[in-house]
Amino acid sequence: MKNNATKNILISISILFITIMLVIPLIAVIIYSLQDGIEAYKIAIFDKYTIKALQLTLLATVSAVVINTFFGIFAAWIITKFSFRGKHFLTTLIDIPFAISPVIAGLIYILVFGRTGWAYDFLQAYDIKIVFAVPGIILATIFVTFPFVSREIIPVLNAQGKDEEEAAALMGASGFKIFTKITLPHIKWALLYGIILCTARAMGEFGAVSVLSGHLRGKTNTLPLHIEMLYNEFQLSSAFAVSSILVIMAVIILILRTIVEYKGKKAGE
Amino acid sequence: MYVELKNINKLFGNFKASDNVNFEIEKGKLIGLLGPSGSGKTTILRMIAGLETPDSGDIFVDGIRINDTPPSKRGIGFVFQNYALFRYMSVFDNIAFGLQVQKQNKNYIKERVLELIKLIGLEGMEHRYPSQLSGGQRQRVAFARALAPSPHLLLLDEPFAAIDAKVRQELRSWLREMIEKVGVTSIFVTHDQEEAIEVADEIIITNRGKVEQKGTPIEIYKKPATPFVAQFIGQSTVYENNEDKIQLKGFEMIKSNEKAVIRPEFVQITKLGKLKHYMSAAEEGIVEKISFRGSYLEVNVKVKNIILTSNRSLEDEMIEVGEIVNVQIYRLYVFNENKTYLLENSAMADNNYIYI
Amino acid sequence: MKININKRQKTMIKKRVIPGFGISIGITITFLTLIVLIPISSIAIYVSGISLNEFIEIITDKQVVSGYKVSFFCALIAALINAIFGTILAWVLVRYEFIGKRVLDGLIELPFALPTAVAGITLTSLYSDKGWIGSIFAEAGIQIAYTKIGIIIAMIFIGIPFVVRSIQPVLEKMDTQYEEAATMLGANGHRIFFKVILPEIFPAMLTGFGLALARGIGEYGSVVFIAGNMPYKTQIAPLLIMTKLEQFKYADATAIALVMLVASFIILLLINMIQSYVNKITNN
Repeated sequence: MKNNATKNILISISILFITIMLVIPLIAVIIYSLQDGIEAYKIAIFDKYTIKALQLTLLATVSAVVINTFFGIFAAWIITKFSFRGKHFLTTLIDIPFAISPVIAGLIYILVFGRTGWAYDFLQAYDIKIVFAVPGIILATIFVTFPFVSREIIPVLNAQGKDEEEAAALMGASGFKIFTKITLPHIKWALLYGIILCTARAMGEFGAVSVLSGHLRGKTNTLPLHIEMLYNEFQLSSAFAVSSILVIMAVIILILRTIVEYKGKKAGE
Repeated sequence: MYVELKNINKLFGNFKASDNVNFEIEKGKLIGLLGPSGSGKTTILRMIAGLETPDSGDIFVDGIRINDTPPSKRGIGFVFQNYALFRYMSVFDNIAFGLQVQKQNKNYIKERVLELIKLIGLEGMEHRYPSQLSGGQRQRVAFARALAPSPHLLLLDEPFAAIDAKVRQELRSWLREMIEKVGVTSIFVTHDQEEAIEVADEIIITNRGKVEQKGTPIEIYKKPATPFVAQFIGQSTVYENNEDKIQLKGFEMIKSNEKAVIRPEFVQITKLGKLKHYMSAAEEGIVEKISFRGSYLEVNVKVKNIILTSNRSLEDEMIEVGEIVNVQIYRLYVFNENKTYLLENSAMADNNYIYI
Repeated sequence: MKININKRQKTMIKKRVIPGFGISIGITITFLTLIVLIPISSIAIYVSGISLNEFIEIITDKQVVSGYKVSFFCALIAALINAIFGTILAWVLVRYEFIGKRVLDGLIELPFALPTAVAGITLTSLYSDKGWIGSIFAEAGIQIAYTKIGIIIAMIFIGIPFVVRSIQPVLEKMDTQYEEAATMLGANGHRIFFKVILPEIFPAMLTGFGLALARGIGEYGSVVFIAGNMPYKTQIAPLLIMTKLEQFKYADATAIALVMLVASFIILLLINMIQSYVNKITNN
């Protein structure tokens, strides 16, 4: 009997906490975005700067996902299938972006490619702009999501071991064949999970992108930066309307994440 | 009776873990709950402890119905299969845990714990952590921890399952000695009949949620009450009689709906022509396989399409695979769905069969 | 000597069993160098160009020190609150069955999925004097947005998944035998939790706490709006870096960043040390 009381209290605390901290903000975005009516909402959403920002966000997100998936697979392969010196160190290095403040992530690219950066003269000579331009935004997005895919695959590959790959290799299979026929089936859900997390973080990245963007409306504004700009101009309902796009994307990602996690667990059993 | 289970039933989903279980245990006895895995023996133990609740039926300890007493108040000691020693506590703290719960005075706790550590022979190891102990030592600590609050009933779930074969032997006799010394009524669960026979005063055999038989090891061995027990105990070969009459000499009276259990100790193999008595009861068989079992040989011999197993001393004259030998069967257990009885070879004894 | 050679040969043979070592290590190291190592090392290069006196002057500037203090203090409080609620949440999600559990479990991840800027402006609007929640507190004379309380709330928001997701798998794997053993020894729920379960999940709690703390210190998007950025009061360290960058004071920004990096590194190191100590007890 006493156990039940504890159970109910703990469940109530949990639900209350989640409601106040997470659910109310989620609902608030939708309500705030509609407070000036549907028409105003539509105008904010179909504003040409919003569309431009959405396009840039998608470009940065897709770039980050492609590059980090490519890197993540190779990094996970090397870390889990081979033993070599400095492996532990390599793992730590890959995780660095995870532990770094986004603002610092932006700063380091300024230091390399900015006016005082050591790559600046070289870039000038070939007329390449990175800082305060689209490439900077893409780079910053790749940086902050760098370890996301590899972090999800490595534990699964570690648990699987390397017997199957070794067996296939001894039978003469090529690396590509081993990967697609043996490794990929094991990691597909983890890989998908990593890609989903990477997408979520990439589309929402604010701090690092903010440092490198220069806030040129219609040129270097991503959706989160566009939201900030609208907010600072006191166009609150427009800011929330644009936010609602990201919220919907976030909710879709959460649902996908839950499905993929469930499938992955089932496959792992 | 000290512990009584009356009409206990327990379902897990569709699985009947306990099917009208009834038994009684005398005070001070060491009882072995023996059965194959999935037979419901651990469930019985956990229900006595209060870790599971029976769907119906009553559990009495010392005359008091304890069904509604929370497990923490039952005063029962429990040794878990994997010991469940608290990993973050030293040996001392593990054993002291139950005494601290009782809010005993510190000096008493220290005295009692050190006394128990001495009893289990781990003096000087009180500050070690479980990870620094061997399997056998952990088992001893788990035992001491369960005994510390002076329980009036001790339950042990597969106490030797997680220990290497060599240490297991030693721990069995140790545990038996300890329980005798402490004098606490104890029930242990095991799937190993050798273990149950060696350690327990009395054995309760379970199968498919039911109690099949309760008795001393010798009773169970000599007089299996049910077909299941007859097959389960000992290294038994089951002979199914498909013909009208059983084909073995001296057992012609077995009916066609009956089966027979033949144990290795019922079978005697003799080199061809060396047999001295009861020649009329001897069959001829071909040696199929000889396996070395350490201190004896296990011989599989084929007699009229039945493969019989017999144990043969290393001192006996050697036989070889393919050799034709004389085989005598002294007795066997006959059973059908309802009853089991021991049947002596009629060609070797004057008296017919005896009902149990 | 002989054994050594054999060992080396063995690992070399092992390497060659599965193909793809060369190309994989090549791609991994190239990407790592270009995207992470070179940019990160530029901080060290840049700082080495500043004289020591200048460096000390920058990082001991009153405004900068107060920025560190605000970031660290608020992140610490938020991480502590998250450690408590995160443990409760993980416990409820693992041990109890109730309607809506799946949804609750999915929602935990919201702060990961929701862009920080969106979280920032939403929390600010909710907790400002006119917001749904802020107005309730405003009547009691408590201001939340644009104070440290607001910063802490934003940091709780972004930190909660770290704690829950660290503890959850440990609780799932934990053998219930420990609790049963304690029950059989007469312990009540309270004692079982603090003496038996808490030590088991403590390392995971610590990991979650450390991750939430590090994230809180470095967080920008969700905090910057609600902070209000009043110098000496609610100005957080990442914002200081941002401000210095906007003024093109790269040396200042880099020096502040270096201190933050070192601080995060020390936090993670301390947590690792405590954990390896705990592991030593359990795994010998």
